[in-house]
Amino acid sequence: MAKQQLMTGNEAIARGVYEAGVRFAAAYPGTPSTEILETISTYKEISAQWSPNEKVALEVAYGASLGGARSFASMKHVGLNVAADPFFTIAYTGGNAGLVVVTADEPGQHSSQNEQDNRNYARHAKVPMLEPSDSAECKAMTEFAFELSEKYETPVLIRVTTRVCHSKSLVELGERKERAIVPYVKNASKYVCVPANARVRRAEVEKRLDALKIYSSGCEWNKIENNGKKTGVIASGMAINYAKEVFGKDVNYLKLGFTFPLPMKLMDEFLKGLDKVYVIEENDEYIEDAVKMLGYKNICYGKFAPDGKRFFPAFGELTSDVVRKCVTGKEPRTLSYDASKVVGRPPALCAGCPHRGFFYELGKRKDIIVSGDIGCYTLGFAAPYNAMDCNCCMGASVSGANGIQKVLDMVEGNKKRVVGVLGDSTFFHSGMTSLLDIVYNKGNCITVILDNRITGMTGHQQNPGTGFTAQGEPTQIVDIEGIVKAIGIKHIRVIDPNDLKLVRETFDWAVALKEPSVIITRYPCVLKKMSIYDKNEWPDAYKAKCKVDPAKCIGCKACLKSGCPAISVKDKKAVIDETMCVGCTVCKQICPKAAIN
Amino acid sequence: MTKNILLVGVGGQGTILASKILTLGLQKADYDVKMSEIHGMSQRGGSVTSHIRYSEEKVYSPVIEAGCADVIVAFEKMEALRYLNYLKEGGKVFVNDFEIPGMPITSGQTEYPAGIIEELKRVADTTVIEAEKEAEKIGNPKVMNMILLGTIIGSMKLEHIDWDGILAENVKPQFVELNKKAIRRGIELSR
Repeated sequence: MAKQQLMTGNEAIARGVYEAGVRFAAAYPGTPSTEILETISTYKEISAQWSPNEKVALEVAYGASLGGARSFASMKHVGLNVAADPFFTIAYTGGNAGLVVVTADEPGQHSSQNEQDNRNYARHAKVPMLEPSDSAECKAMTEFAFELSEKYETPVLIRVTTRVCHSKSLVELGERKERAIVPYVKNASKYVCVPANARVRRAEVEKRLDALKIYSSGCEWNKIENNGKKTGVIASGMAINYAKEVFGKDVNYLKLGFTFPLPMKLMDEFLKGLDKVYVIEENDEYIEDAVKMLGYKNICYGKFAPDGKRFFPAFGELTSDVVRKCVTGKEPRTLSYDASKVVGRPPALCAGCPHRGFFYELGKRKDIIVSGDIGCYTLGFAAPYNAMDCNCCMGASVSGANGIQKVLDMVEGNKKRVVGVLGDSTFFHSGMTSLLDIVYNKGNCITVILDNRITGMTGHQQNPGTGFTAQGEPTQIVDIEGIVKAIGIKHIRVIDPNDLKLVRETFDWAVALKEPSVIITRYPCVLKKMSIYDKNEWPDAYKAKCKVDPAKCIGCKACLKSGCPAISVKDKKAVIDETMCVGCTVCKQICPKAAIN
Repeated sequence: MTKNILLVGVGGQGTILASKILTLGLQKADYDVKMSEIHGMSQRGGSVTSHIRYSEEKVYSPVIEAGCADVIVAFEKMEALRYLNYLKEGGKVFVNDFEIPGMPITSGQTEYPAGIIEELKRVADTTVIEAEKEAEKIGNPKVMNMILLGTIIGSMKLEHIDWDGILAENVKPQFVELNKKAIRRGIELSR
């Protein structure tokens, strides 16, 4: 018997990539997709890399495909927004060897700033799409996607969701099938997308779609399960599992795995003769629209019922209890108990986090507006710091700050300064061009790069600043200060964010300037496995402990304003949990009575 | 019949390793197994859940429905109450008598709620486990998670599975014996 293994969807996609003989893979970390490339990077047969952003990841994977190797890129849903530019045009050219892209969507927004449904990208870019429902399908569909990509000369999109990525189920392992590199042959009329060529390719795309529409209805991933009933369910991805839990064998199923182009002929065949159909899909009414287009509006219960009223929720996950409640109209039977005894557990900056001292100082200033970004440091918006006014997407801190400052300065006598705050990895991702915009267009805001020497939020991936590749091999360290200088910023300071006085003075300096400035706070993430470079630069980092002298502590709670999870107040005295404390000394600097050593 | 086990706790408590060992054991015993974890911000002190579902027949969803968990094992006591809506009528709760105050508590906005265990006992079949004390008796506070895993094994009658073998394959050699002891102690405590 073939070897079976419990795998997450992400691990199974990586395994599929491996078995399909892929030679090149690139990604930028983002929940829930991160572990795909992390796992791929453990296979030595594959050249795997963290790229600075998703656009670069897709472009370099496209290049690798042109070079003749099966190639792969993965990203979270918002990452595909960044990579959308190449995605739409690669759809015209196709690659030389197979090219597969994974988008990991987040119904329920467990760890994301929005809940966009990236199935719309497949239709929008005219790229065929697959939606696995468990880990076994993640592996099998990944391999299938490469076959499809080569047969139809098109990139293929695999759409997964958090529950597919992060749930485990059994997968049968196979062997890697090595594939020779396809020789590169110049073909400018296909690959040079000037209008004259692209118009020809545009027509080819349509021909390909016509063929795929027919293919979809016969495709092994789209299947009818006829239980001889008059009620049917259509679902794709994880939703089919939720449906099966609710309906068992009481309905007929159309399980969709190949969802662009949708198998209209097969759907029509399935729907004919039914009295009622439930379309169960998370996020948008993507399949439902097609059911209605086929003329089955009167029997269709999806996001809307036939009478136009809301049926399944418009957003959030459609787990089986949610589906059951909508279908039966009954609340689940649960125990009744006093839930008021439950206190929230919002995420907090870790004890020792080098962002703490910085946000503590920032939160105290009344002369600034803070434009934030995507990373652990977004938590600076929350109490006790309340040190962020807005955040949107990767890099928007810097460009957004520029825009705010420009308008504030239109009002005579404006004293407010705008501060854009982003991390090292986010700066490499898309902060650099925003900073360029400030310099070139005579902006006048302050940019802070919180350089904690790692991509922290997603679980410590290497980036261009760390000196190591995805496999942990040494590589060139990209110098942030050097980039900032080269872009044309004249006022730059590199500071230790744990030194509160220095943070304060540096801000006073930056706020008083009439020109744009950059402050780089440089200190390694407290959870980071210190590299050889870190150990050299910070030999004493995180080796101390702070202690409260109860005789000196007056119980004023000033130290609680640091927001450190290691500090609490018991019997009117501050107490530091010594198992958590790493001696960053931020609380010590805050204490007005010198009661912390 | 599909069985549903919910592990809840706070990031860093070892729920993920405990659920990994559990699923590997269930797989070895030829059950179909599905597991789902939500751990987005867990490293930063957030609440963590692992849903584990297994059956002799096919399991579809990896997510337990509200009101359907056979057992909830809480590594932190307030977390037991947070997810109690998942417990089915007649289900069991194993709760670690252990407090981890979250930010609103350490920052003094509110206090750690009193009477959690009493509330659990009032509405559900609850067994209180003093996992920290038990772990210290075994010789390492880190085996709290394996003691709690043992309570699941005991209450779901899964003792026949080769847990020793699974530990040997998945835990550093120097910790295998310690973990074995912890699981055995958990099984005893579940009775």
